[in-house]
Amino acid sequence: MDFTEEQMMRYSRHIILPEVGGKGQAKIAKAKVFIVGAGGLGCPVGYYLTAAGVGTIGIIDNDTVELSNLQRQIAHNVNTIGMAKVESAKKTFGALNPDVNIVAIQDRISKDNIMDLIKDYDIVVDGSDNFPTRYLINDACVMAGKPLVSGAILRFEGQVTTMMPKDGPCYRCLFEEPPPAGLVPSCQEAGVLGVITGIVGGLQATEVLKLILGKGDLLKGELLIYDALKTTFRKVKVPKNPACPVCGENPTITELIDYSSGDYCTT
Amino acid sequence: MEEILPDKKLDIKSLICPYTFVKAKLAIEVMEIGQVLEILLDYEEASRSIPKSMEDHGQTVLKIEKINDTDWILLIRKDKD
Repeated sequence: MDFTEEQMMRYSRHIILPEVGGKGQAKIAKAKVFIVGAGGLGCPVGYYLTAAGVGTIGIIDNDTVELSNLQRQIAHNVNTIGMAKVESAKKTFGALNPDVNIVAIQDRISKDNIMDLIKDYDIVVDGSDNFPTRYLINDACVMAGKPLVSGAILRFEGQVTTMMPKDGPCYRCLFEEPPPAGLVPSCQEAGVLGVITGIVGGLQATEVLKLILGKGDLLKGELLIYDALKTTFRKVKVPKNPACPVCGENPTITELIDYSSGDYCTT
Repeated sequence: MEEILPDKKLDIKSLICPYTFVKAKLAIEVMEIGQVLEILLDYEEASRSIPKSMEDHGQTVLKIEKINDTDWILLIRKDKD
């Protein structure tokens, strides 16, 4: 790819890396990444991937910006309160890097639209905040053969893993079914130190870029657990389950499922 | 000594770090293995840092020459993709 003078300057710190170079930067510019959620995780993931010059970023979220989001959702600000989160994020990302095509979708992701939404993208990032969506994205990525970079946060803890189609475990190999709603922390229990979203989102964005570049070791078959209070990173091996209901040898889940989200707190 | 004829010439006069190396790297990336890039520059620090970085990236520095009061010429052979 021929870089303009401006692009040469903008991406200079990438280009001088032996693992990136002009060729790697061109791969980044061609990549299409789909982000579910424009909240705590979606904001930093989208922000850094925009800065990195990812060609197309699709982002879906049905919510509007509220004041209580601003403690962690860094793409939004006081002037975008009340605006659709995806529009607010698009404004912020667009101001950072006009090279990037931001596709903002204000909608709720469901079994009826997910396959169509992700079909033109290379990589899917899960920045959702509830189990029904997490399982829906996992199943859809297995069925569509899309790499999935998953992240989750709660209180002072974060988790990241990368799932490759037909190569290593999926989310259901780890936890076969969503937890019962009663076991999921309620709104008043579900606090989070805002900055944790930046750590986990930053790790997810890094996984995405490594995937695009084909460099380094991905968090494949491994769950990375970050404990902010102890300041520790632990890696837990996750084996592929041959009897997994969605990615196993004889899958029993062959159609997407919308688990009721009504029983879950999603804030 | 036999004169080495470059396959490509790059003028990066007036540029400073890191753009000196960025331009040089982008130029050599699209060349073939074994081809030689000639770089003309006037930023003294780059006359040392470009050869060093090129060698770190697996290329071979054939010549570093100060040609007048302000300018240097480097000859780099591409040995690694």
